[in-house]
Amino acid sequence: MTALRAWLSDPNPASRRQARLGQAWLAWQRIQRNRLAMAGLIIVAILLLVAAFAPLIAPHDPLTQDLTRRLLPPGTPGNLLGTDDFGRDILSRIIYGARITLYIIALVAVTAPVLGLLIGTVAGYFGGWIDAILMRVTDIFLAFPRLILALALVAVLGPGIENAVLAIALTAWPPYARVARAETLTVRSSDYIAAIRLQGAGAPRIIAGHVVPMCLPSVIIRVTLDMAGVILIAAGLGFLGLGVLPPTPEWGLMISSGRKYLFEQWWVATMPGLAIFIVSLGFNLLGDGLRDVLDPRSASR
Amino acid sequence: MTSTPAPPPRNRLLPVVTQILLGLGTLAITLLGLLLITFVIARVVPTDPVLSIVGERATEAQIAAIREKLGLDLPLWQQFFIYVWDAMRGDLGTSIKTGAPVASEIARYFPATLELATLGTIFGTLVGVPAGVLAATRPGSIADQIVRVVGLMGYSMPVFWLGLIGLLVFYGQLDWVSGPGRLDPTYDMMMEFTLTSYTGMILIDSALNGAWDVFGNAVSHIILPAGLLGYVSMAYISRMTRSFMMNELGQEYITTARVKGMPEWRVVWVHAMKNVAVPLITVIALSYAYLLEGSVLTETIFAWPGLGSYITDALFSADMPAVLGGTVVVGVVFVTLNMASDILYRLVDPRART
Amino acid sequence: MSLLEVRNLRVTFDTETGLVQAVRGVSFSLGHERLGIVGESGSGKTMTGRAVLRLIRPPGRIEADAMTFDGQDILHASEREMRALRGKRIGMVMQDPKYSLNPVMTVGRQLTEGLRLRDGLGRADATAKAIAALEAVQIRDPGRVMDAYPHELSGGMGQRVMIAMMLIPEPELLIADEPTSALDVTVQAEVLSILDRLVRDRGMGLIFISHDLRLVARFCDRVLVMHKGLVVEEIAASRLLDAKHPYTKGLLNCLPRIGGPRGPLPVLDRAGI
Repeated sequence: MTALRAWLSDPNPASRRQARLGQAWLAWQRIQRNRLAMAGLIIVAILLLVAAFAPLIAPHDPLTQDLTRRLLPPGTPGNLLGTDDFGRDILSRIIYGARITLYIIALVAVTAPVLGLLIGTVAGYFGGWIDAILMRVTDIFLAFPRLILALALVAVLGPGIENAVLAIALTAWPPYARVARAETLTVRSSDYIAAIRLQGAGAPRIIAGHVVPMCLPSVIIRVTLDMAGVILIAAGLGFLGLGVLPPTPEWGLMISSGRKYLFEQWWVATMPGLAIFIVSLGFNLLGDGLRDVLDPRSASR
Repeated sequence: MTSTPAPPPRNRLLPVVTQILLGLGTLAITLLGLLLITFVIARVVPTDPVLSIVGERATEAQIAAIREKLGLDLPLWQQFFIYVWDAMRGDLGTSIKTGAPVASEIARYFPATLELATLGTIFGTLVGVPAGVLAATRPGSIADQIVRVVGLMGYSMPVFWLGLIGLLVFYGQLDWVSGPGRLDPTYDMMMEFTLTSYTGMILIDSALNGAWDVFGNAVSHIILPAGLLGYVSMAYISRMTRSFMMNELGQEYITTARVKGMPEWRVVWVHAMKNVAVPLITVIALSYAYLLEGSVLTETIFAWPGLGSYITDALFSADMPAVLGGTVVVGVVFVTLNMASDILYRLVDPRART
Repeated sequence: MSLLEVRNLRVTFDTETGLVQAVRGVSFSLGHERLGIVGESGSGKTMTGRAVLRLIRPPGRIEADAMTFDGQDILHASEREMRALRGKRIGMVMQDPKYSLNPVMTVGRQLTEGLRLRDGLGRADATAKAIAALEAVQIRDPGRVMDAYPHELSGGMGQRVMIAMMLIPEPELLIADEPTSALDVTVQAEVLSILDRLVRDRGMGLIFISHDLRLVARFCDRVLVMHKGLVVEEIAASRLLDAKHPYTKGLLNCLPRIGGPRGPLPVLDRAGI
């Protein structure tokens, strides 16, 4: 263990892999020292575990109704967080809801950055009028308020989880395109790209094989930072009834159905909101810490 | 001694004018793109706009007549041209639900949103800027940690949920504020029938009329939603202020000011703040735009008759012209705010003027 | 009595990777003379200059056995007492006017700020004094420079403004931290001669911090050679060629000489230090 640590923190790495692993080790140590970032990491890890083992953890089925046990307050034996207007266990619904939330952010995370990467790298690599047009389109999408555009898109596509994801992805790609373009511009004129070009590689191969990998790290950081925003927009769509359809236990939707009982049975709307809050806080803390660690300019000291 | 290079000409406003003209050019292109997006959305709507007008049992001839009247028989590019032309004249189509022009309906709803978002931004700026400065001048301190965590919490809270909790606590439990709506019904009647409307913003109109009881009631209604929106914008503004201020405080001119013996408050609030103000303008404008958007969800919670309520109501009655009209208006406000912050930026930063 | 007395000065930074000692025990005393501090970047010479003004911000720490200015203890002086010293009795000119002047304030405001705020002068009096100061640094059109923003000035002009700003309150000690390194070679000589004349005329003490050994030798009476946070040699400028310490000799050997051998310059040999 100590030998491994010494190998990782060796100031004179012998191989490129050692250098890279050493860097990662250093970054990991800095994240570890950042207590808020660790808290975020733990929250995200818990979210993953809860989603993965939902059937094992949840005390009840999230969909089974029991009208004799409606609107029970938190602390009721068997219903730790109380029950909703159909007598369903709120805790179980929140646990299963973690799966929906994770599903949505996973889908957005694999679609929006891909679209952004494609547009950003193509614009940056070719430059000229292609760049001008693509970046203008990006600016126009950036000019649109995200939630409102997502609303309009869902209104057209109809409610449903896939449509909500599509709407969010279609509004989330522009920042990635910006980041990818900036990275592309810095590598475009480098010698190794020129060398590959001299070997006769075409633009698609250069972009896919050599430009995109260079852009990935900054895009990935950006994705982590954006996840909290995606969660909030997804919950907002759910709250308005434009996301997942009932009776699926989606957190935003649960808040919306608890609204009617706000003043008498406050827990129905409060509990799922807390879940959204904690999870998006987790992503924010983690993203914040990652940025501090990976971007020394924004470090707090 | 060699000659000293002469400073540039005195007129500092001329470059600003050309930049504004250039900005207006990009503004026009952006707005055109905006309209193109809503146009495309409108044309892929699965519900046929003709059907919703004439009903299911219309004859072929009736449908054709309506299609012609709506211009749907024209080629798409001509339809788009007409759409843009109409929008430029302030015609955003006709609401399917009410049959009234969308533009005039929005004009009626918009002041409520504007009032709410403006007050929220004022709260957010008044609290967020000092909080960010406080955190930046004592990095790592308890104050810094508190500002950071409170800010991150603001980033992480679903605004509609925060609204519900706010109602539950401050209205339901503590009864410190009035509930949903802009005014109590009696005052609403007064506002409607006895007072002159100047701006559509109740706080301003009632003050101009000298109707202080209405004003007081309006304050008790707006304070909660504006406070919540203010918290959200405070979260953003304080974080940005902190990071800008940290950056400026590390600059060499700050050392110069200290060498000159300037007291620390002056170093921070005059020397550094003048530089922080430059990027901060953009941030505040952006957070203002955010709040206009965030009001969509807040307004549904607080039954606030603003643009957000208008769009969501239209959404549920499948009133696409109203939805898209509202979207266009919010987009235009977004773009205009961006543009305005850009101009202000150039006016404040002497380096951007040359 | 000496103007400035520094005994065993240490500057430490508490960073993520542990304590970093920028200055590790520097002692010197200064009369109304010109003292040069020479060293490579990272040798602690800048930190020494800033520590005298107590301008090291957390996480940096200043420690010393004693640090006095004109008999006054500046190691334990309150922040208020330090502010009275800074600007009034001790000034500092920094490396690059591009960064050391506030970019969004006009030159005039930056020049008159101290006069108006601390000395309570009216606008007209302060402006007159500032213009006189600009004339003293040989700026020909002071009225226009007063209204200009720093980015509108050339580097040489900016540095002259900086010098004027620091000399307005007529300090007894001026710390010049690489005052010409960021300037073009042709402008360097001009700025130096202005600085030289002003310091001579007003009889102030000068600490001249530079990496340029020859420049310091020409400009100062006495030279401290710093290396890795320590003073390795203290020597009269006129006797620099007799330097004993291998580091100083190494630095001297790296300089090209007119009429010297045309081969590659020797590289500083760190092994023997």
